[in-house]
Amino acid sequence: MKQSRFGAWLAIAIGTVYFVLPLIATFEFSLRLRRGEYSFDAYAIVLGDPRFQESFLYSTIQAVATIIVGALLVVPTAYFIRLRLPRLRPIVEFITLLPLVIPAIVIVFGYLRLYNSSSWLPLTATTRTSDLLLTFSYVVLALPYMYRAVDTGLRAIDVRTLTEAAENLGAGWTTIMFKVIFPNVKVAILSGAFLTFAIVIGEFTMASLLDRPAFGPYLQLIGANRAYEPSALAIIAFIVTWACMGLINLFGRTPAMAKR
Amino acid sequence: MAQEAELGSDRAVLVRFRIGQSGWAMVGVAPFLVFALMFLVLPTMYLIVGAFRDGEGNFTLNNLGDLFQPSIRSAYWISIKVSVASAIGGAVIGFFLAYAGVMGSLPNWIRPTLMTFCGVASNFAGLPLAFAFLATLGRTGLVTALLIKYFDFNIYSTGFNLLSFWGLALTYLYFQIPLMVLILAPALDGLKREWREASAILGANSFHYWRYVALPILWPSLLGTTILLFANAFGAIATAYGLTGSSLNIVTILLYAQIRGDVLHNQNLGYALALGMILITGLSNAVYIWLRGRSERWLR
Amino acid sequence: MAFLEIKNLRKAYGANNVVENFDLAVQQGEFVSFLGPSGCGKTTTLRMVAGFETPTAGNILINGKDVTNLRPNQRNVGMVFQAYALFPNMTVEENVAFGLKVAKRPADEIKSRVAEMLALIKLPQMGARYPYQLSGGQQQRVALARALAIKPQVLLLDEPLSALDAKIRVSLREEIRHVQRSLGITTIYVTHDQEEALSMSDRIVVMSEGRMEQVGAPFEIYNYPRTRFVASFVGTLNILRGKVVDGATGRIEIDGQQISAAKAIPDAQPGQIRSVALRPEAVTLRNGAAGSANQMRGAIEEVHFLGAVVRIRVRFKEHAISLDTFNNPSAPPPPRGEPVTVQFGREDLLVLEAGESA
Repeated sequence: MKQSRFGAWLAIAIGTVYFVLPLIATFEFSLRLRRGEYSFDAYAIVLGDPRFQESFLYSTIQAVATIIVGALLVVPTAYFIRLRLPRLRPIVEFITLLPLVIPAIVIVFGYLRLYNSSSWLPLTATTRTSDLLLTFSYVVLALPYMYRAVDTGLRAIDVRTLTEAAENLGAGWTTIMFKVIFPNVKVAILSGAFLTFAIVIGEFTMASLLDRPAFGPYLQLIGANRAYEPSALAIIAFIVTWACMGLINLFGRTPAMAKR
Repeated sequence: MAQEAELGSDRAVLVRFRIGQSGWAMVGVAPFLVFALMFLVLPTMYLIVGAFRDGEGNFTLNNLGDLFQPSIRSAYWISIKVSVASAIGGAVIGFFLAYAGVMGSLPNWIRPTLMTFCGVASNFAGLPLAFAFLATLGRTGLVTALLIKYFDFNIYSTGFNLLSFWGLALTYLYFQIPLMVLILAPALDGLKREWREASAILGANSFHYWRYVALPILWPSLLGTTILLFANAFGAIATAYGLTGSSLNIVTILLYAQIRGDVLHNQNLGYALALGMILITGLSNAVYIWLRGRSERWLR
Repeated sequence: MAFLEIKNLRKAYGANNVVENFDLAVQQGEFVSFLGPSGCGKTTTLRMVAGFETPTAGNILINGKDVTNLRPNQRNVGMVFQAYALFPNMTVEENVAFGLKVAKRPADEIKSRVAEMLALIKLPQMGARYPYQLSGGQQQRVALARALAIKPQVLLLDEPLSALDAKIRVSLREEIRHVQRSLGITTIYVTHDQEEALSMSDRIVVMSEGRMEQVGAPFEIYNYPRTRFVASFVGTLNILRGKVVDGATGRIEIDGQQISAAKAIPDAQPGQIRSVALRPEAVTLRNGAAGSANQMRGAIEEVHFLGAVVRIRVRFKEHAISLDTFNNPSAPPPPRGEPVTVQFGREDLLVLEAGESA
């Protein structure tokens, strides 16, 4: 057994080098803006750039909108499938798998053809509706993860008994949905939410093709035109992704789960 | 008997109650289905149908035939090559990393750290990843510079170029390896310790165990996940775009250019391009799901 | 010379001795059980014999050869696991053949040996099935066949029946014993079920907290337990705390009533508190003169009708005694609360060793 431990450590060591080295290199590169010495100038430029702030804000708002729309779509669906319509489960699960199969670029290509200015639902006609279309496209991207998170969360709480108890006490379905179900799957939604946030912030293809001022296209612009700022942005993006994952882990451990 | 009749009528009420409830449930699920139809199914169907049409709207297979012209064929071929390379690389390295983390008898903190990092890294794709690798292995990158400084070895002199097929595959590994680790770790958990012990007590050494027990049990997961990695790489664009601009001719970048500016001068050919992508990723995922079903059968 | 010798075996994790002072000599063909509660070290000891754990101190010899430092795949020992551990990707035949295939036996030898094994466990038609198509009991039989196929010197079984239903457990343990007898293979059987140990073994090692409490034949362990632990773990037992009246005559007072043991109580001072044990089947409801037997007066507290056996609990002041009597269709058990007198012989009263706390 001793040999396997050496091999295991070797694998971990090689893995660590491969994964950590680019981060170190990027960080080092981002400090090189000022000739001759290390400085955080690149970060200062980036963070002070109004376009950075605007695009990051835009993407953040899109992320929040995505989470809200996504939750409103997914939670009732997962609930009713689990409770009343088990036969529709395969169809719904297939639908939630589609965004993982069909590449994002193909999906947004479809939008541009189907919902452009000359179609029956001209969603690309104005900026506001384009924003809406982008939100919907993000919802599609996040769908697999949100659905799985919520479905797992519903499985953990006994939905049937909760519903029957609520009905017994006279609650109508809106009350049940918003006062009983949603609060209990809050944690599941939150973990799906942080993942969605990470996805939306970093997304490039859809925002670029729908021509919206999101963070992704901004990154591409900086990358094409500047030398050191892209590295600073990469570090910032990495920190944001880490924060999201960290928050997922944090919220994943509810007191109930910790007891297990 | 009276009790049975009572139960019978209760049951009838419940049945009616349930049907009524199902009706309402359909209403509750409707927004989701409508959304999926409008923003997932219909756009895709539109493209698929459009691939079989010509400019006037007549049915034709010409577009599919045109996919085989040299520039498009080479785009598909490069895409497939990059995807295969990063999939196999990700699978092999990911396997050893997952094995080390799950079964390597390492300190207890290694596995959760590994899993968390893989969770982050598998999402660290796209433009920031491209920038990171440019800063590492680009012409002025840190590793390039260090290798010149300390080992007098210029990797670019060997013909290596980050902005090429191999550079892209190497970059893709950054999210392929973590994905493999994340999916494979639970499968490795399924390898019960007793099987290893049973094989040992029957006289088998490590080689026998892997050849006759572990790999046969794992191969559906291994192969399936490799195929998933392939599909994952095939559909990726942002990383490639950030790394090479539009200079590297892969399918996703070609499609991107086509959407932006109709570089193929044939709308329907663009649809065919998309159809080709859907077929490849769709087939890959179907095989993955089938293989996953097979592996679950044994590990019940 | 014994076939399997375990000498002064000790296993420690840090400062904690999980197994210590383990000495056992097992004869060829003997069936020995390690019996004890969870955590007593029985499985750890078994795994040290198998080679999955390395002893901190001590030796293990099989047929005169010291195997203590040999890897598991070098010991020619067979093992049956609690969770069956059949290889899920192989058929029954392939599972049973595995050890032979690894040893590179010729194909026809493997074929005939597998057929022989499947006949031995009475599953000759199941060769092409996969483990997931078999019931738990069938899987365990295949596991047994697989372990025996390589003709091991020693057979080890680690609680093989605890994952199975009660009925299957009973039939399967008879089958295991039958197979073991017909092959004459030296066997160690780990269990926490005293009924299994009692019914199957030639000898039982009762273990507690890493140490051997008692070694002996089932009859001896059950009727002459040496420590309170053995007495309470093997079979149900009534344990009473009494005050010594006269050590020489073996007189003890319990709840104000005096009873006598058959022999003198060693190291007994008058007034000392000692524990005594009484088997439920040794106690009867009085029906006639006492003679030399002990008698105590109490009241029926509870009656458990277990079918063939009726278990009655009789309460005195602080103590209660369970007594077992056979079901008698013409004499229903007495009602609760009825005053009764119980009776038991002097030789049935076991005085436990001093220093055994209640």
